[in-house]
Amino acid sequence: MYEGVVQDLIDELGRLPGVGPKGAQRIAFHLLAADPADVTRLSEILARVKDTVRFCQTCGNVAEADQCRICLDTRRDRTIICVVEEPKDVLAVERTREFRGLYHVLGGAISPMDGIGPGDLRIRELVARLADGTVTEVILATDPNVQGEATATYLSRLLKDLGLTISRLASGLPVGGDLEYADEVTLGRAFEGRRSVHG
Amino acid sequence: MPVYRDEAIVLRTHNLGEADRIVTLLTRGRGKVRAVAKGVRRTTSRFGARLEPGMAVDLQCYEGRNLDTVNQAVSLGGYGDTVSKDYAAYTTMSVMLETADRLTDEHEVATQQYHLLAGAVRSLAGGEHDSALVLDAYLLRALAVAGWAPSFLDCARCGEPGPHRSFHVASGGAVCAVCRPPGSATPAPATLELLSALLTGDWAIADASAVQHRREGSGLVTAFLSWHLERGLRAMPHVERV
Repeated sequence: MYEGVVQDLIDELGRLPGVGPKGAQRIAFHLLAADPADVTRLSEILARVKDTVRFCQTCGNVAEADQCRICLDTRRDRTIICVVEEPKDVLAVERTREFRGLYHVLGGAISPMDGIGPGDLRIRELVARLADGTVTEVILATDPNVQGEATATYLSRLLKDLGLTISRLASGLPVGGDLEYADEVTLGRAFEGRRSVHG
Repeated sequence: MPVYRDEAIVLRTHNLGEADRIVTLLTRGRGKVRAVAKGVRRTTSRFGARLEPGMAVDLQCYEGRNLDTVNQAVSLGGYGDTVSKDYAAYTTMSVMLETADRLTDEHEVATQQYHLLAGAVRSLAGGEHDSALVLDAYLLRALAVAGWAPSFLDCARCGEPGPHRSFHVASGGAVCAVCRPPGSATPAPATLELLSALLTGDWAIADASAVQHRREGSGLVTAFLSWHLERGLRAMPHVERV
């Protein structure tokens, strides 16, 4: 145990996800040895992020105003919504530069074992966004795991009567991988989603 | 470092660090095991979808001080993936996996629980019976294996041969008119017959049962489970019964 404020810092850092006691101690001593200007800048950013960053009232993405920059961008295609689990998934899709529509962040996936049901996600807000008829296609981009698939199954069933095109991101073999190491589920989906190479 | 190989059903997963997961498994020969699957969240992971909840796998792990580490995994049944395409079946499977997690202890051999869970998840994925019936049959049998077998025919208190009209959760099942404690339920005789069929695996009777008896039976099974587990399952309120 260290004395006073050093131990307090280690304890606080240790509460962060993925940071254990040793890691917390290492970060604390790094901060002690760092340039005071760097530490001040970090503390100011931490304070500012809590003061200014909130969730977009429309899509649930992180934003510095009531709406995020994607929802405010008039050049985006407002007829397509891509449904994702977390704000970090928005960033992952944006990095592809393939999608020019809007997003809807659910805030997680349906996971009964963790006590998370459809009512705990931003599904009601999604249905409300679709009510005015502007949106014609919903892309379900939840994670390709059991919880994400079940969430996509629930959403597709919920939205099927709204007269929209509902699509799911393709699953299959990762680029750069070896076929022999592909598991049966992934390889099966790759076969299901195979496409013709001629026209 | 000792290496072992076993068959297992994945009960649940927790994210660990950047790309790893802690996987809770019910194994055939070692009871419940918690193991780290390194890099499993990367799209190029060699484990792929094999270590998702509800998957049956043939594993090779090496033992660690606190957590084992998954070294190799071969799929024995992609039940979790099949079930996730049917929302009612998915919520049902979640209750089964949570029940198995609660009824078993780490490194205490639970071969019967393993076979029971594997059979139930396989049946659910195959769509052999109504998912609510599969769930109730699994819960009753899992409780029976754990030592809390309910009685649906003879009196659970005095052993008086039945059938009896009353059912009391705390007493352990059907109770005769003499033993009947205050607050006992009075289910339809067909409901108790259905529950008895589910416990013994008489699917001809179970499949032919009426919807109202299935609903009443599910309520009794849920109450019986909550009583013995002392607190309810988190997944239970989310079960979608068709």
